[in-house]
Amino acid sequence: MNLIALKMLVGDRAKYLGIIMGITFASLLITQQASIFVGLMSRTYGFVTDLGQPDIWVMDPMVQFIDDIKPLQDTELYRVRGVTGVAWAVPLYKGLLKARLDDGSYQTCNVIGLDDTTLIGGPPKMIEGSLADLRRAEGIIVDHVGASSRLAKPAAEPGGQPTPLRVGDAIELNDHRAVVVGICEVSRTFQSQPVIYTTYSRAVQFAPRERKLLSFVLAEAADDVDPKDLCARITAETGLAAYLRDDFARMTVNYFMKYTGIPINFGIAVLLGFIVGTAIAGQTFYNFTLDNLRYFGTLKAMGAPNSMLLRMILLQSVMVGIIGYGLGVGAASLMGTLSSSTELAFKLTWHLLVISATAVTLICLFSAFISMYKVVRLEPAIVFKS
Amino acid sequence: MSTDSSLAVYCKGVTKTYGKGTAEVMALRGVDLEVKRGELLMLVGPSGCGKTTLISVIAGILNRDGGECAVFGTDFGDMRDHERTAYRGKNIGFVFQAYNLIPALTAAENAAVPLLVNGVKRQRAIDRAKDLLGRVGMQDKVNKPPSELSGGQQQRVAIARALVHDPKLIVCDEPTSALDHETGHHVMEILRSVALEDGRALVIVTHDARIFEFADRIAQMDDGHIVAVANSPRELKL
Repeated sequence: MNLIALKMLVGDRAKYLGIIMGITFASLLITQQASIFVGLMSRTYGFVTDLGQPDIWVMDPMVQFIDDIKPLQDTELYRVRGVTGVAWAVPLYKGLLKARLDDGSYQTCNVIGLDDTTLIGGPPKMIEGSLADLRRAEGIIVDHVGASSRLAKPAAEPGGQPTPLRVGDAIELNDHRAVVVGICEVSRTFQSQPVIYTTYSRAVQFAPRERKLLSFVLAEAADDVDPKDLCARITAETGLAAYLRDDFARMTVNYFMKYTGIPINFGIAVLLGFIVGTAIAGQTFYNFTLDNLRYFGTLKAMGAPNSMLLRMILLQSVMVGIIGYGLGVGAASLMGTLSSSTELAFKLTWHLLVISATAVTLICLFSAFISMYKVVRLEPAIVFKS
Repeated sequence: MSTDSSLAVYCKGVTKTYGKGTAEVMALRGVDLEVKRGELLMLVGPSGCGKTTLISVIAGILNRDGGECAVFGTDFGDMRDHERTAYRGKNIGFVFQAYNLIPALTAAENAAVPLLVNGVKRQRAIDRAKDLLGRVGMQDKVNKPPSELSGGQQQRVAIARALVHDPKLIVCDEPTSALDHETGHHVMEILRSVALEDGRALVIVTHDARIFEFADRIAQMDDGHIVAVANSPRELKL
């Protein structure tokens, strides 16, 4: 009877495609919008997770997220180093500085100043040059997306392609000359500004003169010290806030979730996808069942128990669900792959696949349920009605 | 309840009412009817007289309100829903006016449906369905879908489907009304020759006077009653 159920489903091609389209649309919209949402949210803390090495981020207690810089006095670094259990602690500068481009325009850049000695906090992947090249005079490392887009040199001729910034090129950072010594790959930032790495001492020279310029202190716990306990100890002894890397990333995401309309906007899109998908798939599946009611009645008259008919409907529903889910997720993945070199934030995680599968399952169960209800209540005597 | 083993169908005082209150319609008002094994009985009468309701009750797809009704000694009134469904699946064959063949299936698959419903393995069911289709002259159409068959051919597939599981009773609702005279005659010849084997009984509801000659007996209904039973249409002045 399973084969009969599937043949009945596929036999009505228009409705079969209609149901699959509905589920595909829902699956695509839910997966795609959720992936963009996750991609966007992951950009908010990408800088934190890019820095693999330090366990602990120390900052002003009023900092709410990674870009909420509340500079510290340089002496705070020594206070952190003085806390028992800290293996090492290094300074980190993070700030927005203006770069002057060849055509005279300005571009705001995310400048990261790394500890001069250790260069801890550097980019996760170098494409050209090496991190040690930062020790060269006026050296900076630029992320490849920024180098080839916002910081690219204008085209020589009108309408031509801009020339990407290359190793050896010089730019002006806040009226200071800087020379590109490397190109790196980093996680995209939330505001998509170019990311420029340099040493801490050079970064504070580039930065506008202020009394406090230390953005964060990156610290590592000694081997036998629990990083969580160390955070508490740093806070207790210095009055500064100290977070584990993952906690700081989570805090950043939570800030954006709480204080921006992003989750609501994407949530609405996902919900709409779910509702529209449910409506299309549910309605079409129900119509398909109504169209086949005579045949279900015939099967019932011929001795098919309700359980058998329900299994048939469930199988039909599972079939369209699997196909629709596959097509929807496949299309979303394709869109993500095609947009990987663009500014579009897209991060498809296994969690989203599960969420999308759950949503599709709910749609299919709903569709099957309203059809099952009709079939269970069906009087087999309907078969004698012409 | 009759214990006469020669009876395929025994109905006594069967009543059935549709609706409630002012919308109440009494479709059967105490029907008495007997159908013997190996007999082809036709139920005739004007539209709305209760013919279809009566075969629905006899076939166990509609509950009666009162009276007695047994098929081969089995009273559906004593059964639970699932028992009645199982009994129908094994013992009753159906032929419908609109054929009710599933469009997405081939002739052989359609004819095999009752066996598949009864849990017979697919290949065995299809083989048996092909045998039956051969007996109704459809051996060269076994793989055709209903859309590629004429009305007469579809009804022959429906007859094969009604017989494929060797039911004891076959109920037919207007089996020839959608067919031309010649095709209707041919279908009835097949029904008579194939369906009445092995002591089966056949109850046919029809308006089609052209096929009365195939009946062993004709029961005339009017306003929810059997008003006359005769061996030929002439006796009933039809």
